Amino acid sequence: MLEVTNLTYCSAGFELNAAFRVQRGERLALMGRSGAGKSTLISLIAGFLSPNAGEIWLEGANLTHSDPSKRPISILFQDSNLFPHLTLRENLGLALSPRLAMNAAMETQISTALAQVGLSGFEGRLPASLSGGQQSRAAIARVLLQNRPILLMDEPFAALDPALRREMAELISTLCRDLGLTLILASHDFMDAERMCDRVMLLTEGRITEDCPIAGLRAAPPAGLAPWL
Amino acid sequence: MKHTITAAGMSIFAGAAMAESPVLHVYTYDSFIADWGPGPQIEAAFEGSCGCDLQFISAGDGAALLSRLQLEGSRSEADVVLGLDTNLMTAARDTGLFAAHGISAERLTLPITWDDAEFLPFDWGYFAFVHNSDLPIPPKSFEDLAASDLRILIQDPRSSTPGLGLVYWIEAAYGDGAAQIWQDLADNIVTVTPGWSQAYGLFLEGEADMVLSYTTSPAYHLIAEEDPSKSAAAFDEGHYMQIEIAGITEASDQPDLARAFLDFMLSPAFQSVIPTTNWMYPAALPASALPDGFDTLIAPEKVLHFPGDEAAALRDATIDRWQTALSR
Amino acid sequence: MANRTQPLGTLVWVGTGALALVLTATLAPLVAIAVTAEEGFKLRAADWAAIHFTLLQAGLSAILSLVIAIPLARAVARRRFIGRGLFISLMGAPFILPVIVAVIGLIASYGHNGWLAHTVQVIGLDLPEIYGLHGVVLAHVFFNLPLAARLILQEWQAIPQERIRLAQSLGLKGGAFFRHIEWPILRTAVPGAFVVIFLLCCSSFAVALILGGGPRATTIELAIYQTFRFDFDLGRAATLAAVQALLCLSLGAFALRLSARETGLGTGLDRALALPTEGCAFVDTLVIVAAGVFLALPLARIVILGLPNLIELPTAIWIAALRSLIMALSATILSIAMALPIAMALIRLRRAAMFEALCLLALVISPLALGTGWFLILRSITNPVTWALPITVCANALMALPFVLRAVLPTLREAETSQARLATALGLVGWHRFRHAILPRLARPLGFAAGLCAALSMGDLGVIALFAAPDQATLPLEMLRLMGAYRMADAQGAALLLLILSLGLFWIFDRGGHHHA
Repeated sequence: MLEVTNLTYCSAGFELNAAFRVQRGERLALMGRSGAGKSTLISLIAGFLSPNAGEIWLEGANLTHSDPSKRPISILFQDSNLFPHLTLRENLGLALSPRLAMNAAMETQISTALAQVGLSGFEGRLPASLSGGQQSRAAIARVLLQNRPILLMDEPFAALDPALRREMAELISTLCRDLGLTLILASHDFMDAERMCDRVMLLTEGRITEDCPIAGLRAAPPAGLAPWL
Repeated sequence: MKHTITAAGMSIFAGAAMAESPVLHVYTYDSFIADWGPGPQIEAAFEGSCGCDLQFISAGDGAALLSRLQLEGSRSEADVVLGLDTNLMTAARDTGLFAAHGISAERLTLPITWDDAEFLPFDWGYFAFVHNSDLPIPPKSFEDLAASDLRILIQDPRSSTPGLGLVYWIEAAYGDGAAQIWQDLADNIVTVTPGWSQAYGLFLEGEADMVLSYTTSPAYHLIAEEDPSKSAAAFDEGHYMQIEIAGITEASDQPDLARAFLDFMLSPAFQSVIPTTNWMYPAALPASALPDGFDTLIAPEKVLHFPGDEAAALRDATIDRWQTALSR
Repeated sequence: MANRTQPLGTLVWVGTGALALVLTATLAPLVAIAVTAEEGFKLRAADWAAIHFTLLQAGLSAILSLVIAIPLARAVARRRFIGRGLFISLMGAPFILPVIVAVIGLIASYGHNGWLAHTVQVIGLDLPEIYGLHGVVLAHVFFNLPLAARLILQEWQAIPQERIRLAQSLGLKGGAFFRHIEWPILRTAVPGAFVVIFLLCCSSFAVALILGGGPRATTIELAIYQTFRFDFDLGRAATLAAVQALLCLSLGAFALRLSARETGLGTGLDRALALPTEGCAFVDTLVIVAAGVFLALPLARIVILGLPNLIELPTAIWIAALRSLIMALSATILSIAMALPIAMALIRLRRAAMFEALCLLALVISPLALGTGWFLILRSITNPVTWALPITVCANALMALPFVLRAVLPTLREAETSQARLATALGLVGWHRFRHAILPRLARPLGFAAGLCAALSMGDLGVIALFAAPDQATLPLEMLRLMGAYRMADAQGAALLLLILSLGLFWIFDRGGHHHA
């Protein structure tokens, strides 16, 4: 279980306050306007930002001040998920060994992960030679290799066309279910939330204003979420 | 007020003042018109009698004067060029930019006889390396100097007459061995300045042990500053003589005034100013007329000098030798 | 192309004409040089020595600048400290600082009798000679270290935040972080910066003139000057100018291919990145402080030494200053008067990129090579010396043109693509369209470009040194003469005056642009 207690973060006229729990395997969507604090919250959980107060706990361990790489978390951004100067093999290899000291077992793992996202045989390609969808798949393959229980996504696939977005959402959904991942997704698109998540939280000016399951939401939406449907 | 502004505006781009009296333009080297140089006194003396406006214009050091004149060609506003020397005389004559002076040379007291249609000498001296008198062992020859680790300042022979004189000095003393001397001297040279003023200034600032100048330079410190701390090193191989000359330009728009100036140049009014302002031997005064202090100067045992034509023939080869040796 | 359907027809014609004029002014001297150069380009031993020295000092200067610039850019990119903005501005200052002013400051700081020499004397150390190779490289590092640092900093700031976070989350630290985040940007930025600095050092003249000299420390640029002013050997000067033009053109072509981004003059360097900062705070602080002192000390020395002498400067200096001021303003007006129509034409012409690159030619070819060419052309018509000042104004305007174009073109393109239809629909054509729809948007870049042009012209010591008559000295030339006559007090006073005028001109124009934007 991921537990966020009385988390406070302040920066130049903006204040974020949050407290919530996410069960293992739960898939949570963070929604809200630009500047509502979605990305900030993701960054705090990932460890790119340090909170002014409050704590983040995971399965009884305090993560609040641990290094981003030491947290049991993998992350996907909207873009820049791959290093442009490295081949897919190397990009994925970084998840196994930051110094890229690779052995045969690792090579096999990489090929398997690429196969899982439908990129068999792409090991030697550079990111620039791939389509946007293929780049996203490659980044997802790296998430598989990192094999960490929590996946954070900050407006993923926003640059893809609607058909591809749907495809990616389904891929993520399947992976989360198969691997039992806990997912926290920041998005301003309720369709994304519906496809990938089972619970939604609305952030308004740095505060959580709605928190409810997605199932049955469309039938009787709470007042705050109604405009997002 | 309005007039002042207009006048200032004119002087910015025209340079020449709108004087009503005729203007005589004399191109000369930097140190000649320095506040402590002969220029101010000579200007005052000549303007007192000529009813004209004498304007000195400096154009770097002696050798740069000639190329400045060539640069401007027949459109130059120079009426007189003052400050070339015998080493450059043939090259200057060959430009065809100089006119005959028509003035008798009988007043001259030079150690050599003078007979030249275009140029007249106004002073002379011997090149020497000047150092602080407390220098432990002053070198007695170029070989001594090259073997020592003394730091020296010299001038560029392409822009400066002392620099050119040094090239001839070593050529006259060593002939075929000159290239070797230059190679050995290379590591003693702090820098090569474009003119005498820069080198002497750097020396006085303490940037080097010795500077190429004249045997008469210590007289300046002795007489003007009552400072006996500077000496010229006497070299066994002899010292090269420099004779500084002036000439009238062919294109001058004031030829009569220019001739009057050259005539004035050989008169006592001009000549008596030279020893204690230009710190050289005057070309038309008896030795007895030299000021006290000049008797303390070293007198070379052997005098080296190439006549104009010979100097001209040697010029390219000697400069090339200097340049090649020093660019290694 | 200038028919009635083109609302800016006349302006485009004027622009095409101006472009032709600029290209003629750049290419004609090259022809004159080629025609006058000695047959077979016979080079003497001394010429080869000059070529060797040119390449040696340029190589050393570029390497040294970059070796210091890389840790400096890295430190500035990842540290936030009080005065960071000021520090980045200071790094932009050497670009508009008159070379001769900087050299005086460098001599007073790092020379034999300078501040540093007196300081290290206490612990019994001796500084290397500032005249010759050491001094030339020192001065070139002074000018190009900040340029290199800004070029590299720009690349650093362009790293996507996500990529840095990705590296953090993958645990890339130390060597791995360098290899995957920093090395790729250095690999893009450094070669381009190297060639640009190498080129600048090859064609730099005033530094070599004052700190070089002597056959051992003569650059090609200086050799052109010496051959011209000392030997008056036009054939050889042309040969050397041809060598210099060839060298600079090939370097320029190379630089154009390598340079990934625009020059480091742009803004946007203020953003501080959330880069990992553990472990090396001491090194970063040391690098920033050392570079800051190295760059600021010569400027501080100029102010300290110049201030007491400023009031008592001889009249000749004030006249030279006024002359320089008028010339700088004329060059600025001329440069902008040419740049605007050229820019209007460029956004309509096919092959605009090629023509824009051609406008860079005048900047790439060395000033003395161009000056020699112009002299040769003028000599066949008139007395070149009487044209020294107008030629200098034209040269300065021409050299500044690429900067003005670079500043103006992006905004102009944007204005024309986004608002052309609106303006046409409103019936705004010709001059009125330019005046009301375009000019107001150009105020900022124009102010910046005008400031740059005025400051560069104010401090220029290039073509003028080749031609000038004794009674037509600009302020930098007058300073050179004062230094030659060893009147250092006056030279230092004049240096401060020139510093104030150059920076002042830049500030006024740049501010004016902001004000009218």
